[in-house]
Amino acid sequence: MTIHASRRDVLKGGGALVVSFSLAGAVGETLAQGAKPLALTEVDSFLAIDAGGVVTLYSGKVDLGTGVATALPQMVADELDVPLNRVKLVQGDTALTPDQGSTWGSLSIQIGGMQLRNAAATAKAALLEEAAKRLGAKQDELKVVDGVVSAGNKRVSYGELVGGKSFALKLDHTKPAAGKDPKDYKLVGKPVPRVDIPDKVTGRFTYMQDFSVPGMLHGRVVRPPAIGATLESVDEASIKDVAGVVKVVREGNFLGVVAESEWGAIKAAEKLKASWSKSQTLPDAAKLWDEVRASKVVKDEVTSNVGNTAEAMGQAGVKMLKATYDFAIHTHGSIGPSCAVAEFKDGKLTSWSSSQATHNLRKQLATMFGMGADGVRCIYIEGSGCYGRNGHEDAAADAALLAKAVERPVRVQWSRADEHGWDPKGPPTLVDIRAAVDGDVVTAWESEFFIPQQTAGSFNVPLIAATLAGMPAGDDIAPGNIFQNSAIPYKFANVKTVCRRLATTPFRPSWIRTPGRMQNTYANECFIDELAAAANADPVEFRLKYLDPNDKRGIEVLNRAAALAKWDKRPSPKRDQRGDVVTGRGVAYCKYELARTYIAAVAEVEVKRSTGDIRVTKFYLAHDCGQIVNPDGLRNQLDGNVIQTISRTLIEELKYDRSAVTSLDWESYPILRFPQIPELVYDLIDRPSERPWGAGEPAAAVVPSAISNAVFDAIGVRLRSVPFRPDKVTAAMKGAA
Amino acid sequence: MAQRKSLNVNGKAVRITIDDPAMPLLYALRDNLALHGPRFGCGLAQCGACTVHVDGKAVRSCVTPLSSLTAQQKVVTLEGLGTPQRLHPVQRAFIEEQAVQCGYCINGMIMESAAFLAKTKKPTEAQVKDALANNLCRCGTHARVVKAVMRAAGA
Repeated sequence: MTIHASRRDVLKGGGALVVSFSLAGAVGETLAQGAKPLALTEVDSFLAIDAGGVVTLYSGKVDLGTGVATALPQMVADELDVPLNRVKLVQGDTALTPDQGSTWGSLSIQIGGMQLRNAAATAKAALLEEAAKRLGAKQDELKVVDGVVSAGNKRVSYGELVGGKSFALKLDHTKPAAGKDPKDYKLVGKPVPRVDIPDKVTGRFTYMQDFSVPGMLHGRVVRPPAIGATLESVDEASIKDVAGVVKVVREGNFLGVVAESEWGAIKAAEKLKASWSKSQTLPDAAKLWDEVRASKVVKDEVTSNVGNTAEAMGQAGVKMLKATYDFAIHTHGSIGPSCAVAEFKDGKLTSWSSSQATHNLRKQLATMFGMGADGVRCIYIEGSGCYGRNGHEDAAADAALLAKAVERPVRVQWSRADEHGWDPKGPPTLVDIRAAVDGDVVTAWESEFFIPQQTAGSFNVPLIAATLAGMPAGDDIAPGNIFQNSAIPYKFANVKTVCRRLATTPFRPSWIRTPGRMQNTYANECFIDELAAAANADPVEFRLKYLDPNDKRGIEVLNRAAALAKWDKRPSPKRDQRGDVVTGRGVAYCKYELARTYIAAVAEVEVKRSTGDIRVTKFYLAHDCGQIVNPDGLRNQLDGNVIQTISRTLIEELKYDRSAVTSLDWESYPILRFPQIPELVYDLIDRPSERPWGAGEPAAAVVPSAISNAVFDAIGVRLRSVPFRPDKVTAAMKGAA
Repeated sequence: MAQRKSLNVNGKAVRITIDDPAMPLLYALRDNLALHGPRFGCGLAQCGACTVHVDGKAVRSCVTPLSSLTAQQKVVTLEGLGTPQRLHPVQRAFIEEQAVQCGYCINGMIMESAAFLAKTKKPTEAQVKDALANNLCRCGTHARVVKAVMRAAGA
């Protein structure tokens, strides 16, 4: 191994993988020079080891309350053979961490963790090569324990090997370093306790909402009473009695206040009198689905096309079945409303927020203020769970706008009404499905998903402050990859699935946990159940009949869910139910994005026929995400995804009038409470020698359909409109009677 | 007008300067005393994230005006309930059950259940769920929270 004179020389030395440590200087110096590598193709972008042997990880994927601040260091500590408590994590800082993409789609382990693991394995190979030289030993004689390499009685630590320098090693994520044999893992696969929990239960953890910088002021936004309203006048005298007001900031239709204290800012925002124009841009909520169906279609995206469905459906003697499903508009509903701090200093903006995509936010803020991206640094600080793109980025833009106006750092904390009223929404989804059945064989399946368009090449949800202030914002529509799981895992001879991409959707859309996959799987897995019932077949057997026989992992998951739930094999609905409260069981299956994590669920429900109340009593889940990194973390995430989705399925629906959102608190947008929590039972299939896939949101995909199918089993009535409110249940029963 | 207000917080007498006696206790704790255990969630007493104890009772600090508190009333926050070195049994149980996802609501869960367990020694699971019915969690940590509270109760 060569020790190069400088990092620059190393880079000049050609594109080949250079196994070396550069003498460019200690990591601290490198950072001071603004030279921290960020490219995905360099080890130094992802990790550093200091002279004391402390490993610092630089992760573009961030912990949104999901536990990856434990799981990612767990993967790297295992790969490097260092103790977990010697690994430090830096997350989501645009000056320090590589852009590994937004933290979404349950990809933090699958993509982010695998890139970190590759960096660690590459670094370790170089460390061992160097250690072999220094110890005068062969590589296969070396042992590594707690970051110390030994050969016989000779030892050298990682800290000594690195000598305070940075690595200068290339990475190719398409050809990752071999790394450890999974059978040698000591931490991966173990229920390592989360590193953040002790501080979180004792009030020592610094959330975004707790963060402050010297000289910081407190800001609040005053949003228009109607979407699209114009700010006509502001009466600053209306807050002359509020102590400590620094400034009323008005920029176009953006209105905010800045005060010395947080309470001062709250009172000023409440009392400030402003007059706004009337605006009614929203559809009549009672006719939402007509509106969605009548929306202009900009593109029909065919997501699968096998055989010829039109021909199969035109065959004489086939029986046609069809159904329409809808799924309400949902809000993220973070318990802590969005919060951010911003500071302009020497013409540069620093933004602290809980953004799940700081690299994207950086570009958006640069656009908004007409600066180069180099002038903006976005730093992630964990906040309240967001479950997708909630208001965090918007609060960051609010804080930046206010900070610029007062030329001091400003913290913006949204109110509950700001969060419920103004976070981007999960768009309404409407699905039509039909199938042709010839004898006892399903011969054709056709579906159309009415979903908003996705602005090509952009996942930037426009920032509210930029839009209101008339600053450069872009008018992107970014609902996320909501087309996924519109195609189906079942092998019918003729299949055509189409996403009808709509030009508009009532609210600024974004992704909320399991975007699209949830709505699409709900429709698909309800309709397959309808076909099973029409065929008088057991719903599990019916699915197995049409699953790809070569997809063994999928078949195993479905069988294991049935075994876990002691599945009562028979067609639905259940016969001879007596009494007011009746029970049912329903199954649902999903291969996430038809490419990764397999999940199958069985829901058991009670339905009170007199009131239409549904109670999920037990929820069983069989889950195959390949290699499990942290089984306890996985269970925690499954709990969360199942419980949150039961809430969305049974209760949640955004309320609005023609002007604005009206469900602005937890009374008007209720969520599931403790007494309504089911028993949760899991079968986690661990495959240590397979690559790890995403876990968390795949589990949410199967919840709405499992519940709908269980309700059908109980009362013989199909629920095709989420949420399954009691009034819809009783109406459906009346309709069926 | 700036004025002084005396409080008893986590066993200590403290004096703070405030502009408005109607300011909720939450802001005095967070902004004047840098106690970040209690959290802002709704400001409406709907979610429970801001819960503290006042004379042993679980109280929503986001709607408790400072003017309603005397210097003698004992306010206890999550930080005062137990420390990393001397954990309260409920805090210890939350760690043992790993009953946290984002953890933003967890202050309320712990403070509410600590007050509940002080008067209900051997609760059933149903009683625990009822006691926490007005504490909201969005991550879906409920099942672990119930296990943690049952563990703390020694059940």
